[in-house]
Amino acid sequence: MDLEIELRVDGTEHRLTVDTRTTLLDALREQLGNTSPKKGCDHGQCGACTLLLDGRRVLGCLAPAVAHQGADIVTAAGLADGELHPLQQSFIAHDAFQCGYCTPGQIVSAAGMLQEAGAGWPSAAAKDLGATDVVLDDEEIAERMSGNLCRCAAYANIVPAIAEVAHR
Amino acid sequence: MRPFRYERADEVSAAVTTLVRDPEAAYLAGGTNLVDLMRLEVVTPELLIDIRRLTSDRIEELPDGGLRIGAAVPNSDLAADPRVRRRYPVLSQALLSGASGQLRNLATTGGNLLQRTRCPYFQDITTACNKRTPGAGCSAMEGYQRDMAILGASPTCVATHPSDMAVALAALDAVVTVAGPASERRIRLTELHRLPEADPERDTVLARGELITGVELPPPHSALRSRYRKVRDRASYAFALISVAAALEVTDGAVRDARIALGGVAHKPWRATTAEATLRGAPATRESFLDAAAAELSAARPLPGNAFKVPLARNTMVATLLELLEEAR
Ligand SMILES: Cc1cc2nc3c(=O)[nH]c(=O)nc-3n(C[C@H](O)[C@H](O)[C@H](O)COP(=O)(O)OP(=O)(O)OC[C@H]3O[C@@H](n4cnc5c(N)ncnc54)[C@H](O)[C@@H]3O)c2cc1C
Ligand code: SF4
Ligand code: FES
Ligand code: FES
Repeated sequence: MDLEIELRVDGTEHRLTVDTRTTLLDALREQLGNTSPKKGCDHGQCGACTLLLDGRRVLGCLAPAVAHQGADIVTAAGLADGELHPLQQSFIAHDAFQCGYCTPGQIVSAAGMLQEAGAGWPSAAAKDLGATDVVLDDEEIAERMSGNLCRCAAYANIVPAIAEVAHR
Repeated sequence: MRPFRYERADEVSAAVTTLVRDPEAAYLAGGTNLVDLMRLEVVTPELLIDIRRLTSDRIEELPDGGLRIGAAVPNSDLAADPRVRRRYPVLSQALLSGASGQLRNLATTGGNLLQRTRCPYFQDITTACNKRTPGAGCSAMEGYQRDMAILGASPTCVATHPSDMAVALAALDAVVTVAGPASERRIRLTELHRLPEADPERDTVLARGELITGVELPPPHSALRSRYRKVRDRASYAFALISVAAALEVTDGAVRDARIALGGVAHKPWRATTAEATLRGAPATRESFLDAAAAELSAARPLPGNAFKVPLARNTMVATLLELLEEAR
């Protein structure tokens, strides 16, 4: 079954016809030519497809596009605004990748994660569940980013890359 | 994935009627479990009814001091809610220990409760599974058993329920509100999921078409001092091997009240009523905690591949209760 939907992707409005089976990830990659989000597993297990959906980080591979009619989507490509986003700069400065396949997902996820921490959301690493000021130490960053796997295991540089932006 | 039609429901009664009439229809919430199972062709609905706008996405105070959680409340919002963090810490902790930040943002309260088992054979349509195909046999009997049940299983199915949130809700005496073809009904969380018995294809007591509208939490009482502890094969982003949700009230060195539920051990969140009864009135000591855990687990019937879960469950229960005791000091 085909349905017509509208999506705003990285600031640009699109009207497109999708099969109900099309996920947001496939709509972006296959129909809109935005290959910034990656397909790692297609089962919600790796985080390579992470997008900001109406400001929140989600997985594009488990979200049917028809269920997100009118959504505002930001990909790693759209985070750069004239110049690279601070997280993108920090990933380069810290050499926080090897093959780079997980990197757009890591960066979008980190952007969403920093907003969550800024809003005082706790994580499973919280020592005080009631604390409203989140201190993003390495343990907190690792826990909050645990939905993003890196097959090259660049974690040792990903955590400091995010920490640098978090502590600014 | 098989082709399907998609509709957004505007009215509860219409959605319920569609599901009752059409055996090929299914409810869609966040989709984080359903879409995956459709891709694996474990389930093959021909019509998805999007119900996210049908139920509340708000958390409201109840007159008795409890909370009502709408079925559409995302897992992340529920975990971060200041009232939940303060009054029901075990619930926040359970949610935060499950899945990932991205998944929790899409996953809903109703969908979390009704997520299907992660038994690898259930998810693999090339293998025999009684839960998928009644009468086909159970591949786990001679197969991978690490994640399987040690309590309340049957020869037809040894799967576990994967939800962390549901374990906390079981310890908290939560009640699920459900809209059905007849009328609204209320089901105790501990009675929502069922044991496999001879018909493991049924995860819950819900009738066809019944829609979860929300979850109600009674006033906190001893939940104020409550905790969730999850043991798994990696530090984060993995399902529980064993988990314990517990609340403990101690006066003058004796246990006044204890609420304990276990995850990863059964086809449903396992309320440890035997352990609770053993603890009530007993001295609040490590010995009592060990006795209580042993009493609960005397009913355990592990498989060859998961016998380690019995001592693991015991130790996790004792450690969680000791932490709560320490907190009470
Ligand atoms: C990689 C991965 C790791 C995960 N790890 C964990 C974990 O560690 N712990 C954990 O607890 N969970 C974990 N999850 C599971 C996750 O919590 C569930 O997928 C999620 O909670 C389901 O919610 P949903 O809204 O997306 O449900 P959906 O996928 O939309 O629906 C799930 C089921 O519930 C039914 N349904 C949904 N809402 C209602 C309603 N209101 N009334 C009646 N029926 C309804 C649907 O028809 C469907 O059958 C993990 C998932 C993934 C993909
Ligand atoms: S344990 Fe249950 S879900 Fe797993 S294969 Fe056996 S019948 Fe299927
Ligand atoms: S591709 Fe979406 S989580 Fe792996
Ligand atoms: S850099 Fe290769 S997967 Fe992360």
